[in-house]
Amino acid sequence: MNWSQLLSSSIGRKIVMSVTGLFLISFLVVHLGINACVFNDLYDATDNGDMFNRAADYMGKTMLIRLMEIVLFLGFFIHIIQGVMLEMENHNKRKIGYQVPVGNKGSKWYSRSMGLLGTILLLFLILHWWHFWIPSRFTHVGLETPIILSNGRMSHDMFLLMKITFSEWWVVIVYVLACISLTYHLLHGFESAFRSLGVHNGRYIKILKSIGIGYSVIVPLVFAMMPISFKMGWIG
Amino acid sequence: MEHKSINLKLKIWRQSNSQTSGSFKTYTVNDVSTEMSFLEMIDVLNEKLISEGSEPIAFDHDCREGICGACSMYINGRPHGPMNETTTCQLHMRAFNDGETIVIEPWRANAFTVLKDLVVDRSSFDRIIQAGGFISVNTGNAVDANSLPIEKSKADASFAAAACIGCGACVAACKNSSAMLFVSAKVTHLALLPQGSPERKIRALNMVAQMDKEGFGSCTNTGACEAICPKGISIENIARLNKEYLMAGLTSEK
Amino acid sequence: MVDAKIPTGKLSEKWTDYKGHCKLVNPANKRKLEIIVVGTGLAGASAAASLGELGYQVKAFCFQDSPRRAHSIAAQGGINAAKNYQNDGDSIYRLFYDTIKGGDYRAREANVHRLAEVSANIIDQCVAQGVPFAREYGGLLSNRSFGGTQVQRTFYAAGQTGQQLLIGAYQALERQISLGNVKMFTRHEMHDLVIIDEKAKGIIARDLITGKLEKHSGHAVLLCTGGYGNVFYLSTNAMGSNVTAAWKAHKKGAYFGNPCFTQIHPTCIPVSGDHQSKLTLMSESLRNDGRIWVPKQKADERKSVDIPENERDYYLERRYPAFGNLVPRDVASRAAKERCDAGFGVGTSKQAVYLDFAAAIKRYGKIEAGKLALENSTDETIIKLGKEVVKEKYGNLFDMYEKITGENPYELPMRIYPAVHYTMGGLWVDYELMTNVKGLYCLGEANFSDHGANRLGASALMQGLADGYFVIPYTVGNYLADEIGTTNISVNHPAFEEAEKKVAERIQKLMEIKGTQSVESFHKRLGKIMWDKCGMARNATGLKEAIIEIQQLKKEFWQQVRILGSINEMNPELDKAGRVADFIELGELMCIDALNRAESCGGHFREESQTDDGEALRHDDKFMYVANWEYKGNHHWEMQKEDLNYEVVKPSQRSYK
Repeated sequence: MNWSQLLSSSIGRKIVMSVTGLFLISFLVVHLGINACVFNDLYDATDNGDMFNRAADYMGKTMLIRLMEIVLFLGFFIHIIQGVMLEMENHNKRKIGYQVPVGNKGSKWYSRSMGLLGTILLLFLILHWWHFWIPSRFTHVGLETPIILSNGRMSHDMFLLMKITFSEWWVVIVYVLACISLTYHLLHGFESAFRSLGVHNGRYIKILKSIGIGYSVIVPLVFAMMPISFKMGWIG
Repeated sequence: MEHKSINLKLKIWRQSNSQTSGSFKTYTVNDVSTEMSFLEMIDVLNEKLISEGSEPIAFDHDCREGICGACSMYINGRPHGPMNETTTCQLHMRAFNDGETIVIEPWRANAFTVLKDLVVDRSSFDRIIQAGGFISVNTGNAVDANSLPIEKSKADASFAAAACIGCGACVAACKNSSAMLFVSAKVTHLALLPQGSPERKIRALNMVAQMDKEGFGSCTNTGACEAICPKGISIENIARLNKEYLMAGLTSEK
Repeated sequence: MVDAKIPTGKLSEKWTDYKGHCKLVNPANKRKLEIIVVGTGLAGASAAASLGELGYQVKAFCFQDSPRRAHSIAAQGGINAAKNYQNDGDSIYRLFYDTIKGGDYRAREANVHRLAEVSANIIDQCVAQGVPFAREYGGLLSNRSFGGTQVQRTFYAAGQTGQQLLIGAYQALERQISLGNVKMFTRHEMHDLVIIDEKAKGIIARDLITGKLEKHSGHAVLLCTGGYGNVFYLSTNAMGSNVTAAWKAHKKGAYFGNPCFTQIHPTCIPVSGDHQSKLTLMSESLRNDGRIWVPKQKADERKSVDIPENERDYYLERRYPAFGNLVPRDVASRAAKERCDAGFGVGTSKQAVYLDFAAAIKRYGKIEAGKLALENSTDETIIKLGKEVVKEKYGNLFDMYEKITGENPYELPMRIYPAVHYTMGGLWVDYELMTNVKGLYCLGEANFSDHGANRLGASALMQGLADGYFVIPYTVGNYLADEIGTTNISVNHPAFEEAEKKVAERIQKLMEIKGTQSVESFHKRLGKIMWDKCGMARNATGLKEAIIEIQQLKKEFWQQVRILGSINEMNPELDKAGRVADFIELGELMCIDALNRAESCGGHFREESQTDDGEALRHDDKFMYVANWEYKGNHHWEMQKEDLNYEVVKPSQRSYK
């Protein structure tokens, strides 16, 4: 069994999905950690996004992080391509379908809809890049005026960009909906990733299940609170 | 138990052979005793069809005790019908109401060709077993049975996996037409026993390769297979197969 | 007089001696020899796998879609083996003796002793294959006791022993298929045996998907096709279980031995109506704790729980105080029938008796309450605790009962009634398992050999696997060693052509009848005749009537049966028609055999031959023989006796009082 045989088999490809999925899950924690700095505004009215901007600046200037960014993109790419291919292939394994579908008898709708949820997330991702990543990296639209951070460095005002972006209702709604999609995607994906990697012991599955539910609810909730908080004027 | 008679409308998939396409036909069966098993109800319908001069419905069945795994009807959107841990042959008509319409379809998956009406070809399962679902011990090679003590909990878990009857309901219920529950039950059964260890790696690799070759989908851990399995085979077996496969793949010499 | 070719010498040394002296086939020659195995249950799968391992070219056939579905899979209780792991005094001799005695002294000593000898190897082999037998906490194998024995020698895998053993044999078989030593033909049915120069050289098989006939040649043919209990229509056999292969061989000259020996199992779920298609067995183990009773008052319409204790007749305990509810199967079955015939039956059909766990629940409950030191515990607590114990012991059986009947057996007593379960009769075989047709072997339930007139529980699995794993690999070699000169048997030989033509004609004839009655209706009618007149109790008048009725039924069948569809397609009705036609002919022979055997022994109870208190009465002076029937044409058979000589065991009248 060589590597390509291993990774191209049905289980191998699920392992790829789970490894990339878990990598993306860990990325979300980092992403959340950085972005949650915007909430410092709630405690310190004079902060005005300084903490968040400093974190963003650090991420931008650190070489290792930039390298990780490439890995991250690779992770997204593989997870998406593999996911789309698996979804399509699996769908084709039953050319003649049922008159009465199995439906919810024994499985959750979101477990069966990972492809759909993933597609929603992909569309959101494109929008999200267009909103933030592309301006910060390339076009600098909305980031024309640099600011001086409390540590003395000059930087883009990402905080301001967020504030402007989230001033529109449709954006807020789209982001919240995306966070809901993310919740369901994770509700299945978190536990499933571990199962695909071979965690079968009931005791550990139980623990992972609880952590998974907590993660799937809390992470997207905090993310969702950002556009809402900006829009509602709680921060910024 | 009180006897009741019910009238039913049946929508059943009819197909002459694997080369032709099929369609649903509607039949009525009246005065069905609720004491009948589901297959006995089909027997009654078939007798009626014969007396009317039309071909009876072909379906696989044999032991009618829920153990041989031959029966394979997809009833109202669920393999083996509405009851948990019950094969079609053990399903009784008291699970249905008077006037109900019951839709009966064959197992659907590319890997299970419809041979006639509700009969499908499940020989792919045999070929998966041929790929490695055994312990290579020729007759006469065995040592004394008690020379190899096996932890009771492991023996019990192995037995629980070995309870699979190979009916294919897991494939029929899976949105991906995956045979992972079937394959994993066999891999688990043998991997948990010391006798099965020498071939543990090659077994997992070969059985999965054959499963892929037969045209089954991959597992996405939805859990539908476990929920409809008439023998209650646990989805934990699938995770165990993933582990067996991963370990075998990673430690392979080639 | 037929010769069973029993080796000379001491009983306990016959098999060893045989193995030491039988002819062998060298590996290079094995590759050139083809063996046909028909049926892939325990006997067939184990034989095909073992012979494939030896290097023979094996072709295996089964009518199911996979060898894993053979009806051996439904055996619940367990498999006997003289391992003496429990240190309770078991030995090869004891297993041999119990089997001979349980068979009411109508089995062949040498075969049974060999069976007991190889029984231990079976367990070793199965464990090595990965059969997950029940184990104790120390990791060693667990045993339980079973009907008719005083030692614990039964190995089991919950209530699914047959399934686990069959899967073991099936896996061994699939392995040989993957190695190319066995070629498997599923959904194929044997329709005739081909004999060339007085030796079995092949079969005509029909592909049940395409309907096409195929000719297959081989140097030997092994029939492992199971029992013929479905001649009674209702039985615990699978729907597809049939006598066709054995019957075809019989009509080509193979003797049918003791066809009337049928085992009626006492604890089955009763018939619920005319729609009933088959019966379900409830494991014999239930009689360890359940008490069997009927109301003392005839046609009592009260609910079971409303009948007070003193108005219940625990008839087994009354009639057989020593063994009580644990009398052997044949005795328990007859006693149930006697009560129901006398008008004491229960349930809507009145063809059932109660199997009651109320007493066991209370007894276990009290023990549990004692363990927990619950003093003055209420009845409610005791019953609750007792139910838990019963659930642990018999939970899966209780669930099955509830699924089928819709009644909760924890609250209400179960209703049970005897049902046809196993056929001890079958094709006659000699010590080597060869029929009187050279090169034609018969293994497992399909042969007559090891169980005499009554089979003990947990012995069927043992026999099937003994024949397949440990007997046939030696004995078939002894024959094939002389066949190595025969290369490539051509399927174009006139004998093949003729056999194929005859099969095709018969199928054609069946299809052309275009009558008005379904195959099923004929099968039901045959079953009713057999059950009423050749069932649990038989008498000369009834049997004579049955023979005439069956002859009449046969005539009607060939004029009136309606088979729809066509020949060259999957046509389950046509498959069934062929089987029922054979069952009808077999039914007649069973009645002839039962009529001939004017004694009661084991499962065969002739009302004319009973003691004053209604127990079975054997006539060793007249009937200590195997009745082998040779087919001589339509409705005509000749008997060829094989006298049974008991060299070691001294036959005695069984008593369970």
